[in-house]
Amino acid sequence: MSKQYPKPKLVPVPSTNIIPERDIDKSPILECRHLGIDFGGLTAVSDFNMAIGRTEIAGLIGPNGAGKTTDFNLLPKVYQPPRGTIMLDGRDTHSMTTAQVSRAGIARTFQNIRLFSRLSVEDNVKIGLHNQAAYPMWSGIFRLPSYWKKERMAHNLALELLSIFDMQDLADHQAGSLPYGAQRRLEIVRALATGPSLLLLDEPAAGMNPSETAELMDNIVKIRDTFQIAIMLIEHDMNLVMGICEGICVLNFGKIIAKGTAEEIQANPAVIEAYLGKKEG
Amino acid sequence: MSGKTKTLRVRKTTVNALINYAMVIVVFAATQILIGQGAISNTIQSMLVPVCCYVVMAVSLNLTVGILGELSLGHAGFMSLGAFSGIIAATLLQDAVPAAPLRLAIAMVVGGVFGGVGGVIIGLPVLRLRGDYLAIVTLAFGEIIKNVIQVLYIGLDENGLHFATKEANLALSETGKAILKGPMGATGVAKLASFTAGFLLILITLFVVQNLVDSRAGRAILSLRDNRIAAESVGISVTKYKLMAFVISAVLAGAAGALYGLNYSSTVASKFDFNTSILVLVYVVLGGLGSIRGSIIAAAVLTLLPELLRNGAINDYRMLIYAIILILVMLVTNNPTLRGGVDMAVKRIRGIGKKEQTEGGAQ
Repeated sequence: MSKQYPKPKLVPVPSTNIIPERDIDKSPILECRHLGIDFGGLTAVSDFNMAIGRTEIAGLIGPNGAGKTTDFNLLPKVYQPPRGTIMLDGRDTHSMTTAQVSRAGIARTFQNIRLFSRLSVEDNVKIGLHNQAAYPMWSGIFRLPSYWKKERMAHNLALELLSIFDMQDLADHQAGSLPYGAQRRLEIVRALATGPSLLLLDEPAAGMNPSETAELMDNIVKIRDTFQIAIMLIEHDMNLVMGICEGICVLNFGKIIAKGTAEEIQANPAVIEAYLGKKEG
Repeated sequence: MSGKTKTLRVRKTTVNALINYAMVIVVFAATQILIGQGAISNTIQSMLVPVCCYVVMAVSLNLTVGILGELSLGHAGFMSLGAFSGIIAATLLQDAVPAAPLRLAIAMVVGGVFGGVGGVIIGLPVLRLRGDYLAIVTLAFGEIIKNVIQVLYIGLDENGLHFATKEANLALSETGKAILKGPMGATGVAKLASFTAGFLLILITLFVVQNLVDSRAGRAILSLRDNRIAAESVGISVTKYKLMAFVISAVLAGAAGALYGLNYSSTVASKFDFNTSILVLVYVVLGGLGSIRGSIIAAAVLTLLPELLRNGAINDYRMLIYAIILILVMLVTNNPTLRGGVDMAVKRIRGIGKKEQTEGGAQ
């Protein structure tokens, strides 16, 4: 049943992470150095170092409360990281807002779905296209030629993006009325619409059945291949993570405890301990 | 086949917008005909301009409350700014621009500009707040505008405009005239406003608000209402679009204020107080948050209702009836059973329409 995805050869990059061999000539799309944040007295993430290759599918796993989602909130600057640096495509994102980071190329989905639920599916994607099909406000009010041109472009692009998940027929439906799986897929489409170079997926397979998950795995690989972007995902479904992630990073108590390929992670004693506990005796 | 249906597809938002224009135009034409036949009493005729002003106020407040999703309780403040700046502009241009309609148009533009400037000044700090806090601060700003105008004396003579906080300090020459006299308000204003001007202002408001909502900027504003965090994550600047909605709303309120101010020979600042803000908010809420058509109907009906009830036997009970109608509308619009029934009926009617369409298409 489980499909075999080609396993790339990974090479170590000093002090940060491993990235696929095909990306090694290019600078990594994302590089985190010594990233950390505390909430009150609790250290949620500490000394987080990692690099992601231009076309890598990276996985971030760990037990509940390990700091995975906190990490996903640090990267697009939902939280301003008090420690460490995030380099996106060689640019320090320190002074950027969430919206600016999004324009610079990080798109994300959310663990608990955050769609514009009262708007139509097409409008959700068009909002994702906000900076791709841009025209000034007065052009919209007075219906100047740029309005018609860019709206047509946004409409066509939106349908094209929806067709990745075969959702183009749902374009007129209200986003909040879609079934759960379709809402998750719509979030991915909306994130892709921003034209990212790095896509962050927070538990994309949550609540999906095995066949939907298998389909999602195919689609994630397809998205990477078509758009030639890096994808980083948090997931508890080990079939998905071990199946498609090239480099995997394991977090526990806010610290990276292991990095490597699926095989390396599965054999790593620290990872086994984090998930299953210490062997008696 | 699919290409054909795509070109034929008329978007629902476009249809809704056209219905709103048509509704306003039809009501205007019908009213004009009835006035021509003498079927409308003088009291109601004198209400027509205020009705137009309140419709514009309600539609513009709906942009902030219903479409942006931020509760603003200071909308009358912008109306006030527009009213007094419009009155001053109209007085200044009395000799320079003899044509009354043109003077009114300029006064409304000036009112809009002042409303907009007020919107920027208030919006920049206030829109950093959310929910109840934003409501409280907008309320305060609305009151501040009212109180500032109440202590302001503005006079005009051949040397130009004079500003003071006491009448004695105005130092006008003998031919000079005080336009704004603090708590006494503006007196001796030339009544320039007309029902036609109000009608045109409603059409302009509908044009601006409906086209804005159905465009890139409008979708950005709607996305902030639905999910601010998600909107930021797709690259939408929160401050920019919040301020855009707030300022456009303030500009329209300013223009409505200018029209309102020029409809009476005297206007006092205390007219535009917290109660007026709440009144407009009531129109928006009863008309339905985000529903432009609802705002138009609610504002028109509820402005006229107290006057319409002012005849014969029910005169004594008119405020009681007004209150009961308000409560009933609230109950009916919030009752799930009744709403479900209405939705079912609407669906059934639409279903019949669709069936006919598909049958027609099959032939």
